[in-house]
Amino acid sequence: MKTLMKNCKLVTDGFSAEKVYDILIEDNTIAKIGENLSDEDAKIVDIDQHTILPGFIDMHCNICEPGFENVEDIHTVSKSAARGGFTAITCEPNTKPVIDNKTVVEYIISKSALHGMVHIYPYGSMSMGCEGKAIAEIGEMYEAGIVGISDGDEFTDSAALLRNVMRYSKMFDLPIMTHCEDRSLSGEGVMNEGYMASCLGLVGMPREAEELQVARNLILAQNTGARLHIAHVSTAGSIEMIREAKARGISVTCETCPHYFSLTEEAVEDYNTLVKVNPPLRTQEDVNAVLEGIADGTIDVIASGHSPVGQTEKNRTFGQAAYGISGLETAFAISYTHLVETGIITMKRLSQLLSANPAAILNLREKGKIAEGMDADLVVVDCVEDYSIEAKHFASKAKYSPFEGMQVKGKVLHTVVDGRVLL
Amino acid sequence: MSLHRKDFFGLRDLTADDIRYILSTAETMKYVLNQKNKKVPHLQGKSVIILFYGQSARAKLSYELAAQHLSANVVDMTNSVHSMEHENLQDMGQLIDQMGADFIILRHPMAGAAKLLADSVGASVINAGDGYNENPGQSLLDLLTIREQKGGFEGLKVAIIGDISHSRVSKSNIWGLTKLGAEVCVSGPPTLLPPKLDKFGVTVHYDAREAVNNADVILTTRMRLETQDYTCLPSLDEYKRFFRIDHNLLKYAKKDAIVMHPGPIQRGIEISDGVIDGPQCLINDQIANSVAVRMAMFYILSQMGGGLL
Repeated sequence: MKTLMKNCKLVTDGFSAEKVYDILIEDNTIAKIGENLSDEDAKIVDIDQHTILPGFIDMHCNICEPGFENVEDIHTVSKSAARGGFTAITCEPNTKPVIDNKTVVEYIISKSALHGMVHIYPYGSMSMGCEGKAIAEIGEMYEAGIVGISDGDEFTDSAALLRNVMRYSKMFDLPIMTHCEDRSLSGEGVMNEGYMASCLGLVGMPREAEELQVARNLILAQNTGARLHIAHVSTAGSIEMIREAKARGISVTCETCPHYFSLTEEAVEDYNTLVKVNPPLRTQEDVNAVLEGIADGTIDVIASGHSPVGQTEKNRTFGQAAYGISGLETAFAISYTHLVETGIITMKRLSQLLSANPAAILNLREKGKIAEGMDADLVVVDCVEDYSIEAKHFASKAKYSPFEGMQVKGKVLHTVVDGRVLL
Repeated sequence: MSLHRKDFFGLRDLTADDIRYILSTAETMKYVLNQKNKKVPHLQGKSVIILFYGQSARAKLSYELAAQHLSANVVDMTNSVHSMEHENLQDMGQLIDQMGADFIILRHPMAGAAKLLADSVGASVINAGDGYNENPGQSLLDLLTIREQKGGFEGLKVAIIGDISHSRVSKSNIWGLTKLGAEVCVSGPPTLLPPKLDKFGVTVHYDAREAVNNADVILTTRMRLETQDYTCLPSLDEYKRFFRIDHNLLKYAKKDAIVMHPGPIQRGIEISDGVIDGPQCLINDQIANSVAVRMAMFYILSQMGGGLL
């Protein structure tokens, strides 16, 4: 099967931003990139001078299947991903059963191949049952196809466990993702500790809860030589430590999510449960630090942080509401509007944060770039027209968003997975 | 030459010449063991106390038999030691010493126990295993088996596969083999390899195939999940997937490579059934050598005057 994408704007190295190119796709591979290509057998798709990027790769996503199909399932999450321009997503291990053995890994991979529209790569858990006690069968899961090790958003209280996971995983060159939260500090907290929490009478989570574990995990990574990836960084202190650790040569990467550079704790005003996320939204100072980290390369990846919960779980008092956000379908537009439109970074850099860097961290060698011979996972975006975010049109089962009604730029026009044009 | 020493703690404090001398003496003892009458008089009038804090069948048996072949009186104290917490090791040593013992064979769960005991008694102390430190007797019988099969150690490539952190015999073997000029490659789950192993003069591989590649000798260890904390190894099932010595892994070694295990073995975990029952596996040779090596250790210490001087 051949597809010819005509009149594409490329922001890739080696191609002029002033010109338009044609991309010929054969089966699931990019066969040729050039000007004025033609192929009689190919199906033609006119891109009409929009920008074409390598498909986005989401390093932090919950697919909720198996176990929580009422909230999201493989079909809806992959449809939601495709709408958001993500051609590959990962799967946090806190499903039910937990991804702590090869059987669950194989289930997700085979089910994704049958019902998923995009590529789905599971993470394996660090500990059995994500309980933070006994190490999981990482080797067998590696052979079954996991791309990283993570205990999802569960606590990793035991430094001894994490250290041994780091040592053990050196057999397989897998990245280790850590959610950084010291639960003796976050305790009963439900939002960022600070002025807003005091105003609203809500219990706060201090930034130290995140930063202490970032510091701990960096020290462990330094001494074990493991590949550490710090998930959803949200505070200025965390970013400063990671910046310093990178300068010292520690093998660490990190990600943030769109809500950590576009919203502050002020968004909790009126007890808006749609912005109840963990780690919590922080202050403007932290947002500025995240933006700086993105600009100077300290932050490697923007992940959606997609963590859907049922509508009823959000229709509660702020303290009782569930943590979670429906992030796949807004990630690009929020990132483009807040980062590229504002001139903080270029489109090329944004593309690295969404595609090339996650591909490199996850060892997906055929993905993350537009080049001949690479996988034909692509996304076409409209960076000219404004549009309004309307959550009721989401493909995700979680049809709500803290960005509801916001005017943004960066609509996803087409998503191509394995050479198949999905949108 | 002869070893001028009162005690045997491990291979760390022996020279290559010392080890070769012990192995040659052990070969003589093998000759003795092959006679119709195995009894020789070298330890006549001497007494040997077996002081084991912990269970063991084969080590104890081989020390007992070795002492008896050399005409010593043997007393096994294992059963009279209830708990090391209630009995100070040095006090126990003094007690045995005062009763006129010449040799104490000590197995103890704490590293350095043999040294501690030896410093406070006149009797010769043989370390039969101290914590995760050393087990010279087991190591010397491994070395004897290798020398018999391969003729020497220079230029030999030896792979040690498994749980090195909790294997005292592997530690002794690493000390001994590197001194004798063998190339030693180690592989196991990274969580079960002692830190800075490369400083021992061995190379560390996380992929067992690399360690076994072109090897003349493959030494394995006992995998005991109960001695580890749960964060080191997920399961024996996963261990065997990556580190079991089976025909697939053996393909990487030399055609005439030999496979050894300190026992007791868990069939199908450390070594596959097929390899255990095949011609390359020398577990029985190791056991056959165990008595001769211990006789050699007794003999050498007694030459120095072992016991009350």
